[in-house]
This record gives sequence, structure tokens and C-alpha cells, in this order.
Amino acid sequence: MTAPPESARLAIAWRAGRARLASVAAPAGLALVVFAGVLLAFGKNPIKAYVDIFSSTLGSPYGFSETLVKMTPLVLTAVAVAVPAKIWLINVGGEGQLYIGAIFATWGALTFGHLPGWLLLPLMVALGFLGGGLWGLVSGLLRAKGWVSETISTLLMNYVAILLLNYVVFGPWKDPEGVNYPQTAEFAPAAMLPVLGQSRVHLGLALGLVAVGLFAFFVSRTRWGLEMRAIGGNADAARRNGIPVGRYVVGLMFIGGGLAGLAGMCEVSAIQGRLRPSLSPGYGYTGFLISWMAGGHPLGILGAAFLLAVVTAGGDILQMTQALPGSVVNILMAVILFVILGRRTGER
Amino acid sequence: MLGLARGLLSGAIVSGTPLLYATLGELISERAGIVNLGLEGVMLVGAVVGFITCVSTGSATLAVTAAALAGALFNMIFAFLVISRRANPLASGLALMFCGVGLSALLGAPYIGSQIGGLPEISIPGLADLPLLGPALFAHDALVYLAAPVATLLWWVLFFTRWGLSLRAVGENPVAAFAAGRNPHRIQYQALVVAGILGGIAGAHLSVGVAKAWAEWMTAGRGFIAVALVIFSKWHRLRAIAGAFLFGGAISLQLQMQALGVPISAFLLDMLPYVLSLVVLAIWGGARRHAAPGSLGRVFQGTE
Amino acid sequence: MRGITKAFPGVVANDTVSFDVHGGEIHALVGENGAGKSTLMKILYGFYRPDAGEIRIAGRPVQIRSPHEARELRIGMVFQEFAQIAALSVADNIALFQANLPAVPDMPAIARRIEEISRRYGLGVDPRAPIWRLSVGERQKVEVVKLLLADARILIFDEPTRGLAPQEVAGLFRVFADLRRDGYAVVFITHKLAEVLACADRISVMRRGRIAGTLRRSDATEETLVSLMFGAPVAEAPPSRRGPAGLAGPPHLELRSVSTRADGRAVSLRDIDLTVAPGEIVGVAGVSGNGQRELGDLVLGLVRCAHGVKLLRGADATRWPVARIRASGVAFIPEDALTMAGAARLTVLENMALGDTRRYARHGGLAIDWEGARSDLARSLARLGVAVPALQAPLGTLSGGTVQRVVLAREIARRPKLIVAFYPTRGLDVRSAIATRDLLMALREDGAGVLLISEDLAELFALSDRLVVLFRGKLAGARAPADTSIEDVGYLMTGGPERHDRSA
Repeated sequence: MTAPPESARLAIAWRAGRARLASVAAPAGLALVVFAGVLLAFGKNPIKAYVDIFSSTLGSPYGFSETLVKMTPLVLTAVAVAVPAKIWLINVGGEGQLYIGAIFATWGALTFGHLPGWLLLPLMVALGFLGGGLWGLVSGLLRAKGWVSETISTLLMNYVAILLLNYVVFGPWKDPEGVNYPQTAEFAPAAMLPVLGQSRVHLGLALGLVAVGLFAFFVSRTRWGLEMRAIGGNADAARRNGIPVGRYVVGLMFIGGGLAGLAGMCEVSAIQGRLRPSLSPGYGYTGFLISWMAGGHPLGILGAAFLLAVVTAGGDILQMTQALPGSVVNILMAVILFVILGRRTGER
Repeated sequence: MLGLARGLLSGAIVSGTPLLYATLGELISERAGIVNLGLEGVMLVGAVVGFITCVSTGSATLAVTAAALAGALFNMIFAFLVISRRANPLASGLALMFCGVGLSALLGAPYIGSQIGGLPEISIPGLADLPLLGPALFAHDALVYLAAPVATLLWWVLFFTRWGLSLRAVGENPVAAFAAGRNPHRIQYQALVVAGILGGIAGAHLSVGVAKAWAEWMTAGRGFIAVALVIFSKWHRLRAIAGAFLFGGAISLQLQMQALGVPISAFLLDMLPYVLSLVVLAIWGGARRHAAPGSLGRVFQGTE
Repeated sequence: MRGITKAFPGVVANDTVSFDVHGGEIHALVGENGAGKSTLMKILYGFYRPDAGEIRIAGRPVQIRSPHEARELRIGMVFQEFAQIAALSVADNIALFQANLPAVPDMPAIARRIEEISRRYGLGVDPRAPIWRLSVGERQKVEVVKLLLADARILIFDEPTRGLAPQEVAGLFRVFADLRRDGYAVVFITHKLAEVLACADRISVMRRGRIAGTLRRSDATEETLVSLMFGAPVAEAPPSRRGPAGLAGPPHLELRSVSTRADGRAVSLRDIDLTVAPGEIVGVAGVSGNGQRELGDLVLGLVRCAHGVKLLRGADATRWPVARIRASGVAFIPEDALTMAGAARLTVLENMALGDTRRYARHGGLAIDWEGARSDLARSLARLGVAVPALQAPLGTLSGGTVQRVVLAREIARRPKLIVAFYPTRGLDVRSAIATRDLLMALREDGAGVLLISEDLAELFALSDRLVVLFRGKLAGARAPADTSIEDVGYLMTGGPERHDRSA
């Protein structure tokens, strides 16, 4: 029997994706119920809250485009987690890698602001990827040498990254015209990613989709994908078969970090137009959640990213309409994770 | 110079205490074979509950007790997931952290800016008047004084009681412990209750004893530093104590430097504890594999 | 035990089994792998619950729902994988096991009782020693003390002689005899018939989940037992050895003064000089845990040489990465194929391809030649005389024997020149074992070299051209099988002159 024909393999993948979606929808539903309970406990009206969220995210073209805007960095940070996860590396450093990517890209924008867009933007993309990648690389090296678990090192480095960002924004790069706000000078128009029509949907979304597509392709079809899956299946056996596990650890952490760094570059270039400490409301951690929910499956990532874009936007809405602190949405995220973890018994 | 040394020492002790409690809690948890990355969340819950209780009742003692209970209860979510539902401990811990951040923010929002008297300072008569180091060492609140004794108590329990022996056995090899007739699940639950209590106390000390205020995410990663400290201490109490105070010093260094007017950016100084954690882990990391409890990170499956 | 039935998904492990044992008796339970012996005893010990049937202790029916309850009924079991905690001391482990341990245990008293029992049965157990430092035989003795201290009257041993040298086996049987004299009931599970005939009072044979028959030792011979085990006598012809060993050409493997530095509890190899010539099978004997795994890993390139030189067909391979060593024609047959050489979640075909990803990569790595992998696997399996299993099935769903064969097929598909084989027939049924041995002989004919690492002395003697013994990381002796005996090798396996002169 030969390897199954293309169509059969796609069919299997599609069915797996649908099954995964079904297994996610139920916990998501349960989580929504629990969160509604939490809201009630604090004297808020959950029905109104959910309606607010729905109407402002999916109820209008503008709302929908805003959801896509929120989805863009989430897709990138989710793939940033999913890539190393193929060999069971837990990358929780998306946040920090995102920040460093933003810092590198900002340096490019500020230093080369005089260059035309078609030169400057690719440069910034490269810088963003490089910055995040280097940040991830450190964790990868520490893990490959057998010294520090990447879970801990990426977590710790998140804090360092935020402090670094604060440092540059309050210090050397502070906007001379800003009235003591912690932010850098505004970027030149050439440094801003092009947008789609009147909305804020930008090129970053395309980058994210390409990343997902490449991820799916590489893992399932190429030799490196097979080696990655072998490591993920049984690292010891992979090593005995000559597969250089250490190289993959370092390389995949670099790529993952780089993707998160890209997310940072996108945010800073397309949305903010300058570097601020409020750059990321936890995109890195949300990306982790998305990848986990989707089981690292590319289609699932897209679906979950969309769902969580709605939730994150919801957090902003709740902050405005219900006077709840933005961090509240963390509870919803956590509850979703709890429910999923609670149902999948015995899995890794 | 002397002022700096005194300030540093005092700061190290004060900042190190919450770290020590948290580290001890995580130590018990890991000795039973469970890594709890959600410690950060537990500390935050303890911090906010302690603070609110102190504001509402004015009693610091009640605050600490409430925080301990809250921490234990909160940790039960994690315990249920990891022990009874056999979920991945790392992901569950992170979920707990998210939940703790959000929950504490929600609960604490109305209390931002409130003032409290907090834990009273207790100067040990006589000792506190010693020249040089007296005030730095002996004019602290009750939780600081209790830290080292608690550590010693835990050590005694771990190595000299049946419960401690069972706990260590479960952490090394739960199948063997089960074959020996111990109940690994029950012991792990108990360990996590203790860990939750200690984590809650750690958070309470931070909000009620050190800062005497509440701010969102005020633990700022101390929970993860504690996890690093457990590894650094090779799961032994004396090194845990030393490590906690060392890191406490690193944390408080930034304040000291500012007080002295040293022109290094506060942010760069603040990085010190985290970078130090990484360095410490990198150096001691290789040896960690042999000191770590055998079944750390894996999940016990139970009978068929 | 009467009418015990227990089923697991896909297999009926025990089918209305009845079994009994009296005090002051040694009752052996024999059968092939998978016959259901372990399951039956695990039911007695409370690890599993029977689907049907009843158990009586001293005439009273009982329910055993957990090992805890089994212990209260004074049943004790010594497992194949000792339920011991390596990092703790002997006394800690034994204390842990005691049912009525006080909240603050009196460790010195426990230590005294351990020494007492140890003296009584000649076991030589030191309460203070940490478990990880003990050999397999010593650990087993700790298990016995543990059970005796816990007041067990029925003692069950699951494959107790695995990993023991011949002298240690004799010592164990002496302990059994002492226990019988003192009125204990001893049950031991094994698949080694010679032992059973030497030691047991009664022998029960299990086959495919049922008791095929129970004999008294006086009535039993090897033939009767074998026919009960298989239903028909199976002639196991010893593999014929054709031709002298050794062909022309540089040795496939040469280790000169090689040492490794192991961390933690692994064994360091010291000063190894070893050669495998073309067309030669070199057998490495030794009790498991004396450096066998390290030796195999060393040849494969997984472990680095701290000192010394490693040559593969004359080329200095000391610093080569694993991929390069494999590419030069080194194959690896592990002791446990599923956990060491294959990925359970990947399919059979994928496992085949990952054995040599460079070879099956196309377009610079962007695609994989699945058809090529499939045909190579089919050809290789045909050589083994085995049918091709479902290629898209995850490896983990196949039986242990099939997995072993797939991995074997994968390794020989690459026409290796040097094969490192670890306990290659362990856990295999008789037919597969014979096929594997024939294959190794055939490879030898073709000029390949084989490094055969095994605990099965009979197998080593039958297959090897030369025999070396590994003890505590050093080579303890080299012999030609024709010039030596099992006792001689057994002596070397347990330390030879170095160890035996020091003990009483």
C-alpha cells in the first residue's frame, strides 16, 4: 500500500480539524457560562456584556475589521508557540519576544526614517523577526545545553523585555515633543504598514496567514517536518536515528521568537505608530492559549485566534461600558483553559 | 556606606521574606512531584485578599489568615486539574496564573489607593538596639521573624515524619509509593494545600507587610523567581533561605540605589533579579537533574 | 483463587483460572510471555480487580481492592521492576512500606529489625545504604526484607531471576528454601524451566490466559512442561554455525582505551579495548546495569568518549555525530524498540523514513520519497519472512513483537556493516526469536560485524564467535565460547576475582 493520495490526506486533516473545532466549541461554551457567573457575582449584567461584545465585534463591518486587526498579532504569537511546541517546547515568552521585536523595529524606523517605504518596511520586518528570534534563541540555547527549562527562561525573560522597553521609552528614545509621556517619537509614514481601504486591517494579517500556511506545509510535507515530528514523537529515538535534536531546539525557538517579534513589529508599525509600554495587552500569553486550544493545528489556530480576538476586543469593551479592569478578560481566558485541561484526561 | 549596607540588609530581609514563603510552598509542591507555575496567581490572590481583609477589618493577623485560606482554596483548582484530571501541569499552572491575575485585578480594583496600617513592626527589645546591624536585623514584622522557623519546621516534617516520607516517596516514584500502600493523590492534594497556604502568606506579606498597598500584578514575577529558587536551592531548605534573601536583596537594590541618587535607570536595576535567576539556573541547572525529585512534572495514572 | 477472569481491551488475560498455594510450599507459575501469569498475581496483590471469580485466604473469601488490602491479608509481592525509590535509603523504603508506621517513625528501631531479619536469612542488607547504589541482586534482597518486616506470609516473586548471575540465582533459591522451612508460602513466576525444576514443589503452567496443568516436581520434566506451555513440542534447533569467523578487511569497530564520563547514576566505561572484525559476532555478557547501555550508546555516538579512540573501518569516528555514524553503516537494534527507536504516534511508514531522513528527502528536503521508503521496508520485511503491516497504523498500536520486527527491518534495509544488537530476542515469542537469530547469522555471513549485548547466556554462547564480559564499566575477560562455560562467565559477570575474594 502506497502513501495515501493527496485528497485522502487532506480529507483526514480536514476531519481532524473539524473534530478539534467541535472539541473546542463545547469548552468555550462552558467557559462563557462560567464567566457570566463571575460577572453576575460582581453585580454586572452578563447578557448586556455579551451583547455589547457581540455588536461591537461582529455586528458591523467596522467591528469586524477591528476584530481582524486584533486577530493579526494573535495569529503570529500563536504560531510562535506552535512551532516549538511540535517538539514539546513550551514557549511562554511570546510577550517578551514581541516587545524585543518591536524595539528592534523601532530602532529601524527611527534610524532609517528617511528611507522610502519599500526599503524601510522590509528592513523593519527583518529587524522585528531578528529581535524576537534572538530573544527566543537565548532560551533555546539554555534548553539545548540542558541548563534551564524553556518554560521558566521565557517567562523570566518576559519581565526583562518589558523593563527594557520601559527603559528605552523613558530614556534614550523618549519623544522630545511628547509632554513627558512614555513613548518614542512618531514614526515616519514610510515606516507604517499599508492598510486595507478605510479600515485598520494591515499587511500584517497577510504575514500571519503566510506564517500559518508555511507552518502547515513544512510540518506535514518536508523532511524537516518529519524530523520535527520524530523528535516530538520520541526525542530519544530521534537522537538514535541521527536527528540533531539540539539544533532543532535552538532553531525552532529562534523561529518562534522571530514570529512573535514580527507581531511586535506589526503592532508598532501599523497600529501604534510609535513605541509605548502599552503595546501589548498580553498578546504573547493569549497566543499561548490559542496554540494550546488548537493543539498546534494550523486551521485550529486560525479559528481560535478569531475567537480570542473577539474575546480580547470584548475585554476592551467591558472596560469601557462596564467599568471593569481590562485584566478581567484574563479570567475568561483562564476559565477556557481550565475547562479544556479538565476534559482532556491523560494527554500531555 | 554603612547606611547603604544597613539599607541593603534590611531591604534584603524584607523583600526576601515573601520570596522565601513562596519558595517553601513551591518546594513542598515539587517534593511531591508537582511543578506549580501558577504560584504567581496564588500569591496575587493572597495579596489581594489579605489587603482587602486588612482594609475591612483593620486586623493584620486576620488579613494574613484570610490570605492563607484564600491561597489554599485557589490552589485547589490547580490541584484538581493536575491530580484528578491528570492535566498537563505546566499548562495548568499558567492557566492558574492568568486566573489569579484577572481575579485579583477584579477584586482589588475598588481598593487601589487605599491605605492601611499593615503589619506592625516588632522590635526585639535589646537586640534591636545593637549598634550597626541591630535595627536592620531585628526591627521587622512578625512574618519576617517566622520565616526561618517555618522553614525549619517544614524540614523537620519532610524528613522526620511519616507524612514527609510519603510525600518524598510520591515525588520520587508515585508507582512505588502506591505499591507501598500510600495514596499518592491524597498526599499530593495535601501538599498543594500547604503550598497554597504558604503562597497566600507570601502574597499577603507583600501587600500588607512590605508595600502596604495594592496594585495590579504587584508580584511582578516573584512567583517565577520562586520556582527558580527552588531549583537553585536543590530542594533543600538552607539554600532556599539563602537564595531568597539574596534575591530579596537584588529586588530591593533598585530602591537603595535610587535613595542614594545613583544615576542608573531604575528599569535596568529592576532587571537584576530576573537576570540573576537565569544566571543561577544556568549555572546550577545541569546538576538539577540529579537533585530533582524523580517524578517531577509527570502525572500519576492510578489503578486500572 | 478460583474462576478468576480478567479482560483488558483486546485481550483476555485470565480466563477462569484457579490457583492455590499452601504454607511451607514453593509453587511456581510458568508460561510464555503474555500467558497471563503476571496479571493473575497482580490481581492477588490488588493491582487489578477480577471481572469474575473469587479469592480465599485461609478458607475465607476476601475482596482485595488495593495493594493496601493485600498487605493487610499478609500477601507480599516482589515485582520485576522493583517498587523501590532509588533516591531514598533502604530503611526509608522499608519504613514506607510498613502498614502501621507511626506519624513520627522510630527509624533506629526499624534499622535494628532490618538487620535482624537480614541475619536470619543470610541476606546481607544494610539499612543505611541508598538504593541507587545497590545491584539488582541486592535490591531484590531488600524487597524480601521489606515483605518479611511487613509480616507477609504469602510471598509472590515476579521473574525474580531476571538480571541475576548464576551464583545469585542459587543464593535466591536457598532463601526460598529457608522461607519454606519457616512456613511461608512462596509463589514465583518465571519462564525459565530449568529453574523451576530445580526449586519448586509444585508447578502450574499457564497458556493463553488459562491454566494448562499443575504438576508436582516429581512428575515434571522439561518436555512435559514445554508441551503444556505450547500445546505441542517445539523443536528449537540450535542455530548452526557455518564457517569460521573473520573475513578480510579492516575491523568494523575498534575501541582503543575508550572511557566515558557518565553523570549521575549512569555507569562510566573505563579503558575499553574492543574489536569487531568483519564476519564476526562479538557477544557482550553482563548483568544489566554494568555499562551495556553506555557501550551501545558510545558506539552509536550518543555518548562521547572522554578518552580513547573509536574507529569505524579504520576511520577515526571518535567525534562523529550520530547521523554520520549511522550513514557510515551502523545499525542499532534496541532492547525496547518502541521506547528507544521508534515514535509511537507516528505511522509505520513514517518510522521507516525517519530512520534515514537524508536518504528519503527530495528537492533539498521539501518533499519525502514515501514510495521509496515503502519498498525498502517491504523488501526488508520479506527477508525476515514477515508480512508487511498496515503502513498507516501508528507504531504504538502494533504488538511488541511486530514493532521489534519493523525496527529490525528498518535497520537492515540500509545494508549495515556493523550492527549493535541489544537483548534482541527479549520479549519475543519463540518463532520470532529464532528468526532474529537466523538473521544475525546471515548478516555475519555477508561480512557484517555484530556486537551482541545480551543477558541470555545460552543465546550468547550459541551465537558468538568471541565473548567478552562487562562488569562495572570495565571488560572483565575475553573468551572463545568453546573454551569456557556458563559458570565461568557467570563468575566474571559478578566481579570475578576482584569481588569474590573479598566476600566470605
